[in-house]
Amino acid sequence: MSYIEIRNIFKIFGPDPKLALELARDGSDKDEILAATGHTVGLHDVSLSVEKGETFVVMGLSGSGKSTLIRHLNRLIDPTAGSISFGGEDILAMDIPTLNAFRRKRLGMVFQRFGLLPHRNVLDNVAYGLEIQGTARKEREAAASKWIERVGLAGYETKFPDQLSGGMQQRVGLARALATDPEVLLMDEAFSALDPLIRSDMQDELMKLQGELHKTIVFITHDLDEALKIGDRIAILKDGKLVQVGRPEEIVLNPADDYVQAFTRDVNRARVLRARSIMQAPANQKIIDQEHPVVSDDTRLEDILPIILATGKDISVIDERENLVGIITKEQIVQSLSL
Amino acid sequence: MFPEQLNVPLGKWVNQFVDWLVINYGAAFEAFADSLLTVLVALEQVLRGAPWWVVLIAIAAITWHASKNWKLVVGLVVAMFAIGMLGLWDKAMQTLALMIVATSLSVLIGIPVGIAMAMSNRLRAIMLPILDTMQTMPSFVYLIPALMLFGLGKVPAILATVIYAAPPVMRLTDLGIRLVDQEVLEASRSFGASRKQILFGVQLPLALPNIMAGINQTTMMSISMVVIASMIGARGLGEQVLMGIQRLDVGAGMEAGIAIVLLAVVFDRIGQAYGKRSQRNPHAEDA
Repeated sequence: MSYIEIRNIFKIFGPDPKLALELARDGSDKDEILAATGHTVGLHDVSLSVEKGETFVVMGLSGSGKSTLIRHLNRLIDPTAGSISFGGEDILAMDIPTLNAFRRKRLGMVFQRFGLLPHRNVLDNVAYGLEIQGTARKEREAAASKWIERVGLAGYETKFPDQLSGGMQQRVGLARALATDPEVLLMDEAFSALDPLIRSDMQDELMKLQGELHKTIVFITHDLDEALKIGDRIAILKDGKLVQVGRPEEIVLNPADDYVQAFTRDVNRARVLRARSIMQAPANQKIIDQEHPVVSDDTRLEDILPIILATGKDISVIDERENLVGIITKEQIVQSLSL
Repeated sequence: MFPEQLNVPLGKWVNQFVDWLVINYGAAFEAFADSLLTVLVALEQVLRGAPWWVVLIAIAAITWHASKNWKLVVGLVVAMFAIGMLGLWDKAMQTLALMIVATSLSVLIGIPVGIAMAMSNRLRAIMLPILDTMQTMPSFVYLIPALMLFGLGKVPAILATVIYAAPPVMRLTDLGIRLVDQEVLEASRSFGASRKQILFGVQLPLALPNIMAGINQTTMMSISMVVIASMIGARGLGEQVLMGIQRLDVGAGMEAGIAIVLLAVVFDRIGQAYGKRSQRNPHAEDA
């Protein structure tokens, strides 16, 4: 059983969701249900499992239900049907005080437009979660200062949100979410409102932090490049339905349908594909040939390209125990890039 | 002619209801009126008993606290001084006391009602027409039953003022809370804030500029009720206006009218300065 289990979630918006739920269960799609009952289907029979410590990205265009989905994980929205559990604990069964305690202790959330409190300075914003928990001022300010420094905002403690740039505001949002040391970080289009360069910086920052913290991250985005860059696994939503779940390479190499394929067409494959998914089995030689350059099976194609261009030789691929697991030739690189 | 047999004797019913109130709850109303009167009389004694220059210093200090603008401080002190020069200082202090009590009561009732309206769409739907009625009903209509319940004097004057002046602070508290950024609210909920923590930590602070505007309007409306309140025995500047009308003494009426306007200007400027201060972040002050 995975850490977060989402089972058969339906969310229907409207005055009488039960009626529309029957139609949805019988297989009617979003448009048919809207035409027949006037109800909007937000999520249609979505089941997902998120492992502890992974960065799980939910990707979809606007109206796909991705923001609705992430709000189910902390019950800002309750589902019409289905079940959600964290570490075996059914969160839909929680009463209000239990739910609030669960939100305080175990979850942190980062918002697209930051959601900072405009009347509080950076320090008090970052300390907000701890203040809600009832932590003493001295303690929470110490913790907040630590996180402000960690996200690179030392010296800005007494500034107010409207005095900061978008990127800096989102760093505050990130520090605020991390300050309570939650198990799970929910990020709702956290970098979508930022300029491309800043966005890329923030993605790197998040990956660096995640490398040290190993939180369970659920990240929502409409940008496939972003999903491929930071996601350990990716789920693709369309019209409230789950289209595909898989590792970035699986999505790019084996798109589930035309919809996913249309997304992956413009992706920079060299950045997504790794040695293990383009190599071929070694021709029964178990010993690594000293003549050939060696890379780990986790290496991205974009890092293999300069090696093969410089040396002109086939590349040996090894796993983490340094066993030879495959060979990459020029032909395979050309083939994998031209698919 | 509208058929007479369809007439509804609403007036008779209201009379019966008021009679019933007076007979059964007269003592309770009297006790309430007495406590209100105690507060008012004490405040009036302080304001009228204090030397005029102490009051001027107090006004200057409040204005400085609100605006940090010495030009405004000088302007408002001159306005108050002018009231003294018109020979209306004592009456102005009576009006001031009446106004402070009525405005405080309006705000004390108005803000909680406004909060409740923001929390419940149903309550809001019920309250909006009631607020419209409170603001459009000619004040004499409710002055009559107030007189029967509380007798002539200051207490019915305060109640009439509260009925007329409380709606703006209710409306703007409701509006201010409803205008709070949804994402900020979501953020607060996502951190597990209780309803109380959300109300006092997020909704009220962010609604404060609107609430301050409501308090300012309420203050202005309570000043405008002063003249009418004088007709049922409240003392002060309104009494002077009424006397001017009764004696056809245009000059006396004009003097009192000018004093009321000056008092209104003073309170409007102080209220606006506080409103502006609540709009900007505290950091603007450090800069």
